[in-house]
Amino acid sequence: MNLQEKNRKVTRRLVLVAVGMFGFGFALWPLYTVLCEVTGLGGRAIQVSEDNTGAVASDRIVSIRFDASVNSSLPWEFKAKEKVSEFNLGVPSTAYYVAKNVGNDAIIGQATYNVTPPEASLYFVKTECFCFTEQLLQADESQEMPVYFYIKPDLPEHIKDITLSYTFYRHGYDPSDRSHL
Amino acid sequence: MSTEVIHPDTHHVDDGHDHGDHKPSNFLDRWLFTTNHKDIGTLYLIFSLTMFFIGGSMAMVIRAELFMPGLQLVEPDFFNQMTTMHALIMVFGAVMPAWVGFANWLIPMMIGAPDMALPRMNNWSFWILPFAFTMLLSTLFMDSGGPAAGWTLYPPLVLQTGTSFAFVVFAVHMMGVSSIMGSINIIATIFNMRAPGMRLLRMPMFVWTWLITAFLLIAVMPVLAGAVTMLLTDHFFSTNFFNAAGGGDPVMFQHIFWFFGHPEVYIMILPAFGVISEILPTFSRKPLFGYGSMVYATATIAFLSFIVWAHHMFTVGMPLQGELYFMYATMLISVPTGVKVFNWVSTMWQGSMTFETPMLFAIGFVVLFTIGGLSGLMLAITAADFQYHDTYFVVAHFHYVLVPGSVFALMAATYYWLPKFTGNMYSEKWGKIHFWSSAIFVNVLFFPQHYLGLAGMPRRIPDYSPQFADFNMISSLGGFAFGATQLIFVGVVLHCAYRSKVKATPEVWEGSRGLEWTLDSPPAYHSFNTPPVVTHNALSRAD
Ligand SMILES: [Cu+2]
Repeated sequence: MNLQEKNRKVTRRLVLVAVGMFGFGFALWPLYTVLCEVTGLGGRAIQVSEDNTGAVASDRIVSIRFDASVNSSLPWEFKAKEKVSEFNLGVPSTAYYVAKNVGNDAIIGQATYNVTPPEASLYFVKTECFCFTEQLLQADESQEMPVYFYIKPDLPEHIKDITLSYTFYRHGYDPSDRSHL
Repeated sequence: MSTEVIHPDTHHVDDGHDHGDHKPSNFLDRWLFTTNHKDIGTLYLIFSLTMFFIGGSMAMVIRAELFMPGLQLVEPDFFNQMTTMHALIMVFGAVMPAWVGFANWLIPMMIGAPDMALPRMNNWSFWILPFAFTMLLSTLFMDSGGPAAGWTLYPPLVLQTGTSFAFVVFAVHMMGVSSIMGSINIIATIFNMRAPGMRLLRMPMFVWTWLITAFLLIAVMPVLAGAVTMLLTDHFFSTNFFNAAGGGDPVMFQHIFWFFGHPEVYIMILPAFGVISEILPTFSRKPLFGYGSMVYATATIAFLSFIVWAHHMFTVGMPLQGELYFMYATMLISVPTGVKVFNWVSTMWQGSMTFETPMLFAIGFVVLFTIGGLSGLMLAITAADFQYHDTYFVVAHFHYVLVPGSVFALMAATYYWLPKFTGNMYSEKWGKIHFWSSAIFVNVLFFPQHYLGLAGMPRRIPDYSPQFADFNMISSLGGFAFGATQLIFVGVVLHCAYRSKVKATPEVWEGSRGLEWTLDSPPAYHSFNTPPVVTHNALSRAD
């Protein structure tokens, strides 16, 4: 093989590596997403169930803290009715949040959620939640927002406190849009 | 490979004597269309020196604003544009192209090759850069201003950059393409163009460290390109890769970015390790101690650099096991790095040392880089990092490894090989003045920043609490002096190239070893048209 062919061969291979790594950069997104769903990392692996058939009541009690925040794009007030409560594992329960539109127009909001410690998200089962759908509030309208859930009884022993956190965004919020600033 | 004699197909007829000195006479032909590794090396070095001063003047703006508490000179948003641009320009415009420039000049001469393997691609890799940086710098003059979210480009903040963001992303793409093409060229040259007898484990350390660096570049620059492409579509095409409201995850950007970012710091420092491993043996008049372990340590560092990225994001809320893994993995890097430092010290041990300017910069590197390495070890302690994170301690740490680290090694390399490149000796007196003032002022500039960070001063802010005033003033004074000192460097280089009357011998230095020192100073425009005979004496390695 002469020198030119050898150089072409090395170039071809290395270009392939570079293209492959470009693809790998994008592949990291689904890879991380799957990793988080499997391990609960990031605290967003909350389980969703149609009904309470999986709920088996237990004596164990865990304390849940309800956290609420609003992205600056949304002129809403949003808080939990009760900040901390105790719940029996495996018992279908309800917690209430209240949201109020203090802006001058009707706005659609959408909440994202997250559980701390992240491991607990694998045992957190929601049967119905205001975060599953978009929420429309008229100007000055205030609304109670329930979340129906239970905690699986096989929650690891070392978890005694769980924080459930919500953040409300303006529907279709785009961080690159600075018009609301 | 060892028995096969490679005859490079050059268009020059070799009649057994040095007739390689046909430079194109036309200016455009000589520089714009050049495929000569020495010319392209020179272009890279001039370009990076220019960028060094542009990025440096931004640092002067930053230090001037931080001279006193309160807002004096610039708006906060412009201040943030300065910190962001300073970093982007120094990393991608000054340090990386400077190393590619030295690679172009030296690698063919060190391995006995007539030129780089892919000379026309070499021309492309350089000439992309001025366009990339014109585009990046032009954002400062746009209505929406330049990027101001830090060089790490974290969303969602960076997505608030205006329309100029597209220019930033395309500039990063072009830098990436340039680096990847340069790396392919370097790897092809080292694999295919070595003179007979120049076996892999006989190559000079600078060639070895660049070979490994080139692989790092090819592996991680495309990942950065992918990450900024996702930012681009998030910004302009309503994708939600990193937008929490749309189901994306901003922390994921940090994971992808630092998968590139940590190897990137080794891209900037591994060639420096190579240069130091060339210079210390010369002025100690001893072979390099532990050549083999140097090669393996470099490869180990490169491998480890892929599995430690999350030490930049200890505070994002990782599980404890993750924090511990990234802490221990990071600390592991100090083992191969320690091997290198001890090898350098052993190289000097009982050598008959002299202290010309390159040696001074090399010793300065070993001492000051080690300080930066140790503060890095402190930052790796995950529990302590919660205190240090995003403070000036981090700023002090990475500036110690980059300025008296990479930049000092670049200075050392310049003083060491400039007589070879130009054929003239530089002024030793002014070189020494440059070294001593740099070494003093760089410490005045960055050492107080450790204290600022430990006291809790956050980075990337234009204003601060009055309790930080004294150390900031000292740091700024050191900064201005360090900046001014670099003008001496330009003076020394220009004097050496155009004015110096002292001609350099082919060996230049008494203890120099390696194929480049067997060529004239300056070497002919086309050197090693016939592969040299690699004698034992020409190699700087130990056995
Ligand atoms: Cu790192």
